[in-house]
Amino acid sequence: MAKGFYTDTTICIGCKACQTACHQWNELPAVNDGQVELTGNSYDNTGRLSALDWRHVRFIEQFPEDRSQDGFLHGSRWLMMSDVCKHCVKAGCLEVCPTGAIIRTEFDSVFIQQDVCNGCRACIAACPFGVVDVGQDGKAHKCTLCYDRLQHGMEPACAQACPTDSIRFGEVSELMVLADQRVADLRAEGVPAYVYGKEEIVGGLNCFFLLVDKPEVYGMPADPRLPSDNVPEGLGLSALTAAVVAAGSVVAFRKERMDGMGGEPPPDTGPDTVPHTGPGGGSPGGGGPPPGVDLVAFMSAVHGANETARGRRAEPKAEGGCGGACGCHA
Amino acid sequence: MGSNFAECHPVGFRWAMKARERGCKLIHVDPRFTRTSAMCDLHVALRAGTDIAFLGGLVNHIISHDRWFKEYVLHYTNAATIVAETFQDTEDLDGLFSGFDPESRRYDTKVWAYEGTVAGQPELDKSANQPPAKEGQPGVDFRRMPPRTDPTLQHPRCVFQILKRHYARYTPEMVSRICGCSEAQFLQVAEALCDNSGRERTSAFVYAVGWTQHTVGVQYIRTATIVQALLGNVGRPGGGILALRGHATIQGSTDIATLYNLLPGYLPAPSAQVRAHDTLEGWLANEMPTTGWWANGRKYMVSFLKAWYGAAATAENEWGYQFLPKNVGDHSHMPMFVAMHQRVLRGFMAMGQNPAVGGQNAVFQRGAMAQLEWLVVKDLFVTETADFWNAPDVEDPSAIGTEVFFFPSASVPEMDGSFTNTQRLVQWHEKAIESPGDCRSDLWFTHQLVKRLKKLYQGSTNPNDAPFLAMEWNFEEVDGEASAESVLREINGYTLPDRKLVKSFGDLRDDGSTASGAWIYTGIYPEEGRNLAAARDADEYVSLGWAFAWPANRRILYNRASADPSGRPWSDRKRYVWWDDGRREWVGYDVPDFPSTKPPTAKGVWAKGGMDALDGDAPFIMKPDGKIWLYVPSGLVDGPLPTHYEPWESPVDNALYPKHPRNPAAKTFNVVGNRYIDPGDPAFPIVISTYRLTEHHLSGAMTRWLPWLASLMPELFIEISPELAGERGITNAGWVTVATPRGAVECKALVTRRMRPFQVMGRTVHQVGMPFHWGYRGVVTGGVTNELAALVADPNVTIHEAKVFMCQVEAGRNAKAVLARLEDAPRPVPHVGRRERQAAEANIDRAIELAEAAGSPAEILVEPPFPLDQPLGVYHG
Ligand code: SF4
Repeated sequence: MAKGFYTDTTICIGCKACQTACHQWNELPAVNDGQVELTGNSYDNTGRLSALDWRHVRFIEQFPEDRSQDGFLHGSRWLMMSDVCKHCVKAGCLEVCPTGAIIRTEFDSVFIQQDVCNGCRACIAACPFGVVDVGQDGKAHKCTLCYDRLQHGMEPACAQACPTDSIRFGEVSELMVLADQRVADLRAEGVPAYVYGKEEIVGGLNCFFLLVDKPEVYGMPADPRLPSDNVPEGLGLSALTAAVVAAGSVVAFRKERMDGMGGEPPPDTGPDTVPHTGPGGGSPGGGGPPPGVDLVAFMSAVHGANETARGRRAEPKAEGGCGGACGCHA
Repeated sequence: MGSNFAECHPVGFRWAMKARERGCKLIHVDPRFTRTSAMCDLHVALRAGTDIAFLGGLVNHIISHDRWFKEYVLHYTNAATIVAETFQDTEDLDGLFSGFDPESRRYDTKVWAYEGTVAGQPELDKSANQPPAKEGQPGVDFRRMPPRTDPTLQHPRCVFQILKRHYARYTPEMVSRICGCSEAQFLQVAEALCDNSGRERTSAFVYAVGWTQHTVGVQYIRTATIVQALLGNVGRPGGGILALRGHATIQGSTDIATLYNLLPGYLPAPSAQVRAHDTLEGWLANEMPTTGWWANGRKYMVSFLKAWYGAAATAENEWGYQFLPKNVGDHSHMPMFVAMHQRVLRGFMAMGQNPAVGGQNAVFQRGAMAQLEWLVVKDLFVTETADFWNAPDVEDPSAIGTEVFFFPSASVPEMDGSFTNTQRLVQWHEKAIESPGDCRSDLWFTHQLVKRLKKLYQGSTNPNDAPFLAMEWNFEEVDGEASAESVLREINGYTLPDRKLVKSFGDLRDDGSTASGAWIYTGIYPEEGRNLAAARDADEYVSLGWAFAWPANRRILYNRASADPSGRPWSDRKRYVWWDDGRREWVGYDVPDFPSTKPPTAKGVWAKGGMDALDGDAPFIMKPDGKIWLYVPSGLVDGPLPTHYEPWESPVDNALYPKHPRNPAAKTFNVVGNRYIDPGDPAFPIVISTYRLTEHHLSGAMTRWLPWLASLMPELFIEISPELAGERGITNAGWVTVATPRGAVECKALVTRRMRPFQVMGRTVHQVGMPFHWGYRGVVTGGVTNELAALVADPNVTIHEAKVFMCQVEAGRNAKAVLARLEDAPRPVPHVGRRERQAAEANIDRAIELAEAAGSPAEILVEPPFPLDQPLGVYHG
């Protein structure tokens, strides 16, 4: 009975109640006691998921350079999305954790046992989504799916705080039904919505997202890879773990992941590089189709490419190659 | 329009999102592309301060394309009513209505009356500086006869024809010229609205302070009223004009009643300037209409006086009416700070308010506080107001003589109480945790203060102390705190002398046998042990079992209008409240807002007065004629019809009324450091709006001290388009200095394409925006945006115009240099030592004596007869 989040980004108003509720419930202090600088990156001043920010709301401004009078701002959008640990069905962090600190709970969530974690940082490299971070205590931290609350029959703090129900918590299979319906409704209105986190994304995400632009626009990898993807069939994970802990493959793997993301400006490039991109740019750093371009075809291509790259499911099962699992054919 | 719903009311916006998921179309008409725009189907950008032109365009579109809801308009509005010949329109007089006196800059509103009614503008003292009549209150004397009408709507002086002429020039081209949106965008909104109104469908307007904070703020909302009335969108489900109120219980604070000109339950506060207010009978005659629901006003007023003064309120002493303090002028925030600046006002209590940051022309307001003898601040943290004497612009704090008392406050989860929200819904909350240390609730503080004052005045024979001694104050006390429930019981009301709770305001009497703190809340505590504000029984629709909505737990006001004149629902889809012929009563999903057994066919008998004067198809029962007022014959001081005036500070001329570009009756304050920018002044060419963000609350007093929230929005910034940033060499996240004649503020730049320049009347107008959450105390600090804003106000309610004024921006941190360049630069807080204060004090006493002898205390504000170290001015109002 897997529990997870369905985050519908089309109704996220960017209020950050989820971030704050998470901080409060989990007693996570603000970075530098709250005394930080304005980033200049739209309304995002916390930047990324970290040991102190287990939820992070992204703001993506998509406006054309020419916003003259008679122009309805066709295709203009201010996308908002609350990011979080995906609690993957096949979790990279869990695969590589050498101490067994990272476990799968009875809720099928991925949980880091703080008293076991030895701070080896293997999980940081292994997560294709950049979720895990090591805090000042030298240990790895990330969203717990409010394990303590779940054990008492409560929903996670962020989902409870979200005023618009952009974050919904529940049984993953039931949430997926809701999401598929919503995708269908939006498609009928001409919105290129799809679910990010079906099976073709590293075997499925228990915390999945309804998106309306390419994954990279939201800082998500189009082609996330697991450490085990790099391991020849038959080689056990423990061997992989040993390899990861031992060697520089960590760095190489991390780089691969960052390249795949593309959506996040490096923190030190300075504010001027941020968010003013026209429809051609899609979003900072993004190189995909502009909003309004046939995203269905685009996603199909992405999915097809993913699978070929993985070499697991070489044969496309349905048109487009994603097997319909992503909802893009709904 | 006029609201950033998603951002400033995110919890309420949940329902807008649910509606959208069910197919509702959301349109945002707003100067900026905000988090709300991001959630809407259509965003139309318009130049700040031009909403009346846009809404007036809608009125014109609806009338000229014959899209108005005929049956609704004919029966439920005053469209057919004939206006007196003395009324002349702005279209006839180049931007003025008839009755304007250029010297006092006030209208004689009598000339706007309906034909044949005696305009009842009350006799005022010459010195009166505020109009006492309020909308919804009479002012027009309908005693003689009902207003004359022409149901064919052909009479040239009927409201419909006047309306048609008044808005005839508000064409799509004109809207586009003034507002800077395209004609196509305007028409798309107009058509969407018309298509979505009528029998089968309704549309709603949602506004907030984006509409009110203007020198024509009240008229903004009036224009929406006209649109909604013409389309038949009032009193029906899914319709209305919804005001999003500020704090969680701002609605409650106007109900029971922090405004100087209101007693609880919207009973007008007595004014020393209105001769009729000298006696209770005079007050009743002047303020309570004889027809419509307000004819019950006597019961509510007497019951209110019994609640406050108990046994001391008797028939012989006008039920204690003379105990009530009487206003001597406009005592709202800005005039109060002017009076403070002039040392007329010597002590001040700021409870949950932070004027050092939140007040317009904040340098002036801090300067005013430096003139005080004592200041009490009760808040969660030591706010900028508590620390005003230590502001960055104070050169020598030791020279300021004001004695400041700080009382740490308990926060909401630490006390019992209620929130009255936007939709008049009163919801109870229980104390969840003990407050830390010595923090106390406002109720504790007030209760203890009153107890101590009563003790202090005990035995006094000074008539000034009599109201304190007469005041009944016997709330149940728990640990030194008055029980909030016992306060609620008094608000609800009870019978006397047996103190049995009353069930509805229908039970209230005018013979002293009932008491009720605020008649509109009656029924919230209908019997012992039943606090309906705490009820939590929701259903899928109207949820009458969830909390209590005043009045009478009614969720939609004037819901008689959800049925047609004959009492049948306008359509099945929109059925809400209707007449049940079999049961001979009004029934439906809500509590009907009409006498429950009065049939739709009932004919009113005017001479009988009260509700009997009105017909069975007159749903707007708080109005003396039972109709929506498209045209307001009385109650407003700046015109019976909304007219496009430019903001007080504007980049362009008024395309409609070049001779009278601004609201001619606006309140201005010609005091030191409050210079206005002339229209079109090239030194200040940029339009600026100030506003709130989700991450912080108002002046930041509740949020900037919390590291979690501080880190989400850590620094003051200005939102600026890449075009303007390019012109000024401003880089994203770099420093910017923003200046007006009132002040200069440094902040970071947020360069964003969400902002864009406008083409208005042939020129490019740049617009910027700044949130106002920062100050010089707290976890994160920053410039005080309100130092830029001016003291200038709407004449009806004295709300300021921080939503639009003019400024200059330049790259870098140059506040000092910019200030030095300004002629008439604002001075830092003036220093007043104790010795000067004592000298001044003697003068104040003398001044008050003089003023009292002259019989017109208001003159104190105009010509203070005591010497001051600050130049003084007059303010209009
Ligand atoms: S609480 Fe909900 S609406 Fe607000 S930012 Fe988080 S996900 Fe978005």
